[in-house]
Amino acid sequence: MRRVQDHLSSTVIHAVLLAWTLLAVFPLVLILINSFKTRKAIFGDALGLPIGKSLSLKGYESVMANSDFPMFFGNSLTVTCVSLFFILLFGAMAAHAVSEYEFKGNTFISLYLIVGIMVPIRLGTVALLDLIVGLGLTNTLTALILVYTAQGLPIAIFIFTEFLRSVSREIKDSARIDGLSEYRIFFEVVLPLVRPVIATVAVFSMIPIWNDLWFPLILSPGEETRTVTLGVQQFIGQYTVKWGSVLAALSVAIMPVLVMYIIFSRQLIRGITTGAVKG
Amino acid sequence: MHTDNPIPDYVKRRWYILVFLAPATLIYTVFAIYPIVESLRLSLYVSDEGQSQFVGLANYLRLLGEPYWAEQFWNAFKNNVVLFIMHMLIQNPIALALAALLSIPTLKGAAIYRTVFFLPTLLSVVVIGFIWQLILSPLWGVTPDAMEAIGLGLWFKPWLGLESSALVTVTLISIWQYVGIPLILFYAALLNIPEETIEAARIDGLNGWWIFWKVKLPMILPTLGLVSILTYIGNFTASFDLIYSIQGGLAGPNFSTDVMGTFLFRTFFGFQAQLGDQFMGATVASALFFIILVGVGCYLFGVQRKLQRYDS
Repeated sequence: MRRVQDHLSSTVIHAVLLAWTLLAVFPLVLILINSFKTRKAIFGDALGLPIGKSLSLKGYESVMANSDFPMFFGNSLTVTCVSLFFILLFGAMAAHAVSEYEFKGNTFISLYLIVGIMVPIRLGTVALLDLIVGLGLTNTLTALILVYTAQGLPIAIFIFTEFLRSVSREIKDSARIDGLSEYRIFFEVVLPLVRPVIATVAVFSMIPIWNDLWFPLILSPGEETRTVTLGVQQFIGQYTVKWGSVLAALSVAIMPVLVMYIIFSRQLIRGITTGAVKG
Repeated sequence: MHTDNPIPDYVKRRWYILVFLAPATLIYTVFAIYPIVESLRLSLYVSDEGQSQFVGLANYLRLLGEPYWAEQFWNAFKNNVVLFIMHMLIQNPIALALAALLSIPTLKGAAIYRTVFFLPTLLSVVVIGFIWQLILSPLWGVTPDAMEAIGLGLWFKPWLGLESSALVTVTLISIWQYVGIPLILFYAALLNIPEETIEAARIDGLNGWWIFWKVKLPMILPTLGLVSILTYIGNFTASFDLIYSIQGGLAGPNFSTDVMGTFLFRTFFGFQAQLGDQFMGATVASALFFIILVGVGCYLFGVQRKLQRYDS
């Protein structure tokens, strides 16, 4: 009896989880399969697979011909990677300083550095645009990198500090006895130590940067500095009637993220769950 | 700590602390804190023949007093509140339910499920917005056909285009995409509950259902608080991206999906006949700042304190 009940409830659980799986995946699959079809097939048989006569790469051809998607990708990649590098390095340095040393104003500076978690930087957009214009950085990737670094630092410092406070001091003290300078201690002892949480910090910082529409739209809308997110937004705005191209543009925007996610999902989810436990 | 020993030389000149702190503090101060503070200051000024002039709280009085501004402000505010409440009542319970199912220790395939559930969260809002716009479009016919197939054909409407249903539809799209974040936070919290606690409840004769309500839920209340405040901040600031991608800067139809983000964008950059106004833009942003401050304040002083008591 008990066995039957267990069996039944496990079936119900899987039914619920499968239902949400379908709901989560179906829209994406629908876009991906239709992006490979002819216009007739997109409208006539939306659920069919792109095989035989319905297969068409026209959408992709027009996306590649009419736009600078490879360049947009380069821009997004540059902005995301460089910002991430600064967030991780400067974040770890600051977290090390506040968690390792006792000095006047330590509490103040730790609170000051993490208050940005609660106050989104977007609220300062008006003055931020003035500042970027004043520095002559409009329509540059540098502007985005600086803003995203500032935006990502609070959460990075918070997670790194929490982690570093839980790490034993012995290893650092023994390095000191060996005569290592404080800088070498940071680079040779502390940085390797924080490796486990780097994934967490990277995920938390990376997704909002890659997907952001607000700052690219306001700070660097120029053709040359467009990110993928902004590029897709503008491209689709222009070609709303060309369904094949729109579907292809969407797929082009999804696929790299999808591939990266399929490769790294295990580490990524583990990274988030370990980080979230602290929060 | 070192009161017994004389302070060694290397402790006195601890320049390295400054070196470690400087890059982060500098970038963060210049590109995050200064713009926010400066925007707050700008909200107290107006443009007078090219010069900025101090006017105290006059901009705020305009925002809340003049019908032209007040109407837009309260409309956007109301829509944000609707957005927030719907996320709290729909997104977070779904996330909690899915997380509870995923955290069952004997569940097979949990890794696959959670990978899939987090997938939409990862994608750009712009992409997600367009995908749903296409799927719900009467032009394509995927949705009408699907509804026809299950006998609901007559119920189809161009939901995103109707004033009465646009906001709800956009919110459901947002819920669909972002359910992954509370889900993963709840999931992590549930995994973190010690096995012995659950075992003890089982020995007391509670079944899975009651263990969840009486044992697990009280233990993850702090996460519930965290999810609530994240939902609150996200709704008031990040909702711009989705609305702007699906409905455009005018947040149509007839401003029915206007949120604080799109209102700020229009005020700052102007639209149609109205010119952009830096100072009113700063005022809207600052109003938003205070709205978020109230939420964060409630969280830190109320919810957080109460929840920690449960915790200990």
